[in-house]
Amino acid sequence: MTIQEIQNELIDEFSMFDDWMQRYEYMIELGKSLPLIDEELKTEDKLIKGCQSRVWLNAEIKDDKVVFTADSDAVITKGIIAILIRAFSNQKPEDIIEADTQFIDEIGLKEHLSPTRANGLVSMVKQLKLYAVAYQAQLNDT
Amino acid sequence: MAFNVQEIRNDFPILQREVNGKPLVYLDNAATAQKPQAVIDCIVDYYSTYNANIHRGVHTLSQEATDAYEAARKSVQEHFNIKHDHEVIFTAGTTHGINLVANGFTGFLSEGDEIIVSALEHHSNIVPWQMLCERTGVQLKVIPIDEKGVLVLSEYEKLLSENTKLVFVNHISNALGTINPIAKIIEMAHQQGAAVLVDGAQACSHIKPDLQALDVDFYVTSAHKMCGPTGVGMLYGKETWLNKLPPYQGGGEMIAEVTFEKTTYAGLPHKFEAGTPNIAGGIAFGAAIDYLNTIGFDQIEAHEHELLTYATEQLTAIEGLKIYGTGVDKTSVISFNIEGIHPYDIGTIVDKLGIAVRTGHHCAQPIMDYYKIPGTVRASFAFYNTKEEVDALVAAVKKAKTMLT
Repeated sequence: MTIQEIQNELIDEFSMFDDWMQRYEYMIELGKSLPLIDEELKTEDKLIKGCQSRVWLNAEIKDDKVVFTADSDAVITKGIIAILIRAFSNQKPEDIIEADTQFIDEIGLKEHLSPTRANGLVSMVKQLKLYAVAYQAQLNDT
Repeated sequence: MAFNVQEIRNDFPILQREVNGKPLVYLDNAATAQKPQAVIDCIVDYYSTYNANIHRGVHTLSQEATDAYEAARKSVQEHFNIKHDHEVIFTAGTTHGINLVANGFTGFLSEGDEIIVSALEHHSNIVPWQMLCERTGVQLKVIPIDEKGVLVLSEYEKLLSENTKLVFVNHISNALGTINPIAKIIEMAHQQGAAVLVDGAQACSHIKPDLQALDVDFYVTSAHKMCGPTGVGMLYGKETWLNKLPPYQGGGEMIAEVTFEKTTYAGLPHKFEAGTPNIAGGIAFGAAIDYLNTIGFDQIEAHEHELLTYATEQLTAIEGLKIYGTGVDKTSVISFNIEGIHPYDIGTIVDKLGIAVRTGHHCAQPIMDYYKIPGTVRASFAFYNTKEEVDALVAAVKKAKTMLT
C-alpha cells in the first residue's frame, strides 16, 4: 500500500468513532501494536528531542525501503508513533520525504500537531523524514 | 468582606469559558494566575486615556502616567512592608531580578568564596548563579531535601561558613508547594555574614511576606503570578545593597549626567530601570495587588488551605497515586503520579475533560532526579477555585487511570 492509501485507511478507521474518548482508546490500542525498537538500541542518540515523554526511534533499510521501530514511556505518545509508523514504515525514502501529515488532523488528533505541544509529534515527523533523506542520499551514491 | 468564591469568580472573565466543550477548570495557577476585570480594565484605561512616557515629560499625560506608575510602586512598597519606595525596583519579572543581582555580585566575589542554593529551586534560580560561578570561580553548594520534599536545615548549617557570601532559596517550591523556613534560613546566613536572595515567584499569590520583618537582603517576584500582567515584576533590595550593586543595563532613565568622558548614574530606583519601562504593566501590577488585598490574604490562605486539604484527601484515595511534597508547611500545589502511568498521558486526558494542569519537570529537574521520576502532574489551586473543581479533577484523573491501564 502507498502512504496515501494507508493514511486513507486510518482516516476510515477513526471515522467510526463519535467522540474523543473512543479515538484515544483506539490510539492507545494501536500503541500496543507498535513495532518495538530493540532494547539495546534505546540509547541517547536514538532519543527524539522535544518530547515530554521519552521517544526512541530507529530506522533500517530493507530492500530499498525504510523500516522504522520505536518506543516511548508514555502510552498516548506510543499510539501517535504507532500511527505514524504504520503510515511511513516500509516505504521508499523518496515517498516518505514527500508525504504530508494532514491525516493526523483528519483523524481528530489535530491538537497533537501543534508545534508548541511538548509531545514531539513535530519532532518525530522531522526525524522520520531525516532518516529517509539520509537513506535517499545513500541510495543515490550507490 | 465575607469570602464568596462564586462572586469572586465573576471578577474573572476567563473562568466563564469552555475548553473542549467542558467548563474550564483552571488548575495551572502556579504557572500563571488568571486576571480579574479590574486589572484588565486598568491596562485598557492606561492605553485609552493617558498613555505617555514617564519621568521626563512636562505635559499632562506624562504627569498622569508618572503619577500612576509611582503610585503602583507605593502599592508594592506597602504590600511587602518595604522601608523605602526606592528599594522597589520594577523588573521584567523574577528571572530578570535574579539575573540583575547575580550579575551585580560578579565584582564582589573571588575564588575561595562560596554560594549556596537549595535543591528545590526553579531553573531560573539555578542557572544565573552557575553562570556567576563560571565568571568568578566561586563554588556552588546545594542544600539537600528529604523524602517529603523539605529542606534539611542541619545540612544547610554544615554548608555555611565564613566563606559563604550569598544564599538563594525560593520562598515556596513551584514543583512541590513546600513553604521553606526562610526566616530561619536568613537568620542563619546572616550569622555568617552572607546575604540572602529569596525567590518569591511562587509565594506571593498565596501569602503576604513582610520583608522588613524577614530582614531579607533581596526578594524577587513576578506580577503575573499575582493576577497581574506578564512582563513585569519586582526586585526588592536593601538600600545599602542596591547602592553597592553596579547597574545591570545602561540606557536612558538610569543616568544623572552623560558626556563622552564619563557618565554618572541616577539614584535609586532609576539606576536599575534603564529605558522606557513596562508602564502599563507596572500600573496594572499595582492594581492586581490592590485587588488581592481587597479580598484579603487571610481569606485567600484559609480558602486555599481548605482546597489543599480536600484535594489531598480525595486524590490520595485513588489507588496507586503518590503525592510528591508532603511537608507540613505547604501551599495549594499538588504534584503527583500514578504508578505505571506517564504524567504526560494523564495531562493529555484531563485536558480533554476541560482541566488545565501542568505536566513535566516544572523547570525543576534536580527535584525530579531526586525522586527518580520523569516529571509529575501538578494541580495548583488559587483562591478562585472551588471544591467542585477539585471533584472534577479527581473524576478526570480516575477516568484517565481507567483509560491508561
